[in-house]
Amino acid sequence: MSARRYRDPLLWLAPLFAFFVLGMPALRPVFAWAFPAVEPPIYAGDTFLALWLFHAALVAVSSFASLVLGIGAGIIATRRWGHEFRAILEALATIGQTFPPVAVLALAVPALGYGALPTFLALTLYGVLPILQNTIAGLAGVPEPVREAAEGMGLTQAEILAKVELPLAAPVILAGIRIAVIINIGTAAIGSTVGAVTLGAPIIGGLVGDKTSYVIQGAIVVALFAILTDACFERLRRRLERYKASGARRDPPGGWQVAGFGARVRAKVSGGSG
Amino acid sequence: MIELEGVSRSYGDRRVVEDLSFTVEDGAFCAIVGPSGSGKSTSLRMINRLIEPSAGTIRIAGEDIATLGLTRLRRRIGYVIQSGGLFPHWTVEDNIATVPRLLRWDEARVAERVRALLELVRLGHETRRKYPHELSGGQQQRVGVARALAADPEILLMDEPFGALDPLTRQALRAELARIQEDARKTILFVTHDIDEALLLADRIAILRDGRLLQYATPQEILTRPASAFVREFVGGAALGLKLLAQRRVRDHLHPGAAPAGEPVAQDAPMSEALSEMVLRGAELLPVRDAGGRIAGSVALADMLR
Repeated sequence: MSARRYRDPLLWLAPLFAFFVLGMPALRPVFAWAFPAVEPPIYAGDTFLALWLFHAALVAVSSFASLVLGIGAGIIATRRWGHEFRAILEALATIGQTFPPVAVLALAVPALGYGALPTFLALTLYGVLPILQNTIAGLAGVPEPVREAAEGMGLTQAEILAKVELPLAAPVILAGIRIAVIINIGTAAIGSTVGAVTLGAPIIGGLVGDKTSYVIQGAIVVALFAILTDACFERLRRRLERYKASGARRDPPGGWQVAGFGARVRAKVSGGSG
Repeated sequence: MIELEGVSRSYGDRRVVEDLSFTVEDGAFCAIVGPSGSGKSTSLRMINRLIEPSAGTIRIAGEDIATLGLTRLRRRIGYVIQSGGLFPHWTVEDNIATVPRLLRWDEARVAERVRALLELVRLGHETRRKYPHELSGGQQQRVGVARALAADPEILLMDEPFGALDPLTRQALRAELARIQEDARKTILFVTHDIDEALLLADRIAILRDGRLLQYATPQEILTRPASAFVREFVGGAALGLKLLAQRRVRDHLHPGAAPAGEPVAQDAPMSEALSEMVLRGAELLPVRDAGGRIAGSVALADMLR
């Protein structure tokens, strides 16, 4: 039992992350030794805590917008009356994701000005596609007899969606949200090129000023933030799929993933089998 | 009472059900039988309006169902489908409680209803906490039947409910359904492609082919006076006589009094079973036992022809 608890990555990831966010100045001797030319050795702009809070807020708000757009469009595309919209919605979302976020930033700055707003726009567009695709796959994966039984028992279309379809599709939709959030944690850093306060500030500043240690400091915190968030999603996924594990079958412990792409593949497979 | 009057359904040029008219009395068990593609499932689904008829009228208790609200209509009708259609993310209890909760029963009443229904379909009370994937196919189908009966509907629609089960489980569930029908007296419409299932369970059989009703009658009548060569062939062909025998019970041919030695047949067994025993044993006379296991008398080979 205790061995299993040590395999929960949150137990060591969370303290490690907290150390780098709060305790970066403590690493001053290490960076001073490794990069003697860089002065000061630790990024001296905003504190890493402040950078992280802004970064997280930007990702949270833009991911929430992606979620509303992606799930909303996914629901429309899978309704009987919405099938005609499916192709166009998917095409729009694909454009949103294939258009490079840097280009969105460049195009958005003249209209929206410098700061968080163009970054919010770029991240939101970038996050819609995985959520939309997984919402469609998840809803399409609800077994037809289950839907038919629900309809035959007199559940309204809204009740079927809320009580049956969305709960059954939730693990697949969650996998899409997970991909969107993880990608956006990494992508948000480029917002600092247009003046948004993010963990990209030391990275961009380091690149511009040839201060490699700042790049490393920013990258470590961004990467740990992404890994920690992914581990939280893994925990949420297990909670959502708990019903499948009851009885004889149990979830194998510690099966989390660093990047969300594995989750995406898994989602497609399970979504397509229904 | 369910009345179908001139009901048709077409998809484009393809007519799936054509001019279907028949009436199911309250408390009757009506089987809709036919080969694949005969329109039997479509006919059933028009009764809870999962499919809307292209023409014709369906009335329940005298009311045209097209004028009733969809939700209200469906909550009056229990619906069981082949693969159960249980909600995989809900426990057995939550599944059974679906309609009662939609009807906003209080939780004490819901719990009591779940308990009674699990007992009715002979599942242990501890089953209520399990999820569908933890049950066998037969158990899932029992839960499906319990769920359909939950809000005490007047009508039960069953679409090949035992079609996906192995023969032994199917046989057990048929017997359970017959018993439940004795107690609950619902108006049942039961779709099957298995004529033996229909002959065993139903007191009225509708035979469909290519969307048309060929015959609507009691099992006895269908066996003795099939409406066409197709019905005759479909119902049993050369084995028709044996199926007729299966409709009769030993008790109706019982000679009380002395009986020969040997393993007795049950008085509730069908005559076909007694005949089979006679052939196996080479005996013209068999002992018969009553429900309590006591010797009640005998049955003779000559009785097969009476």
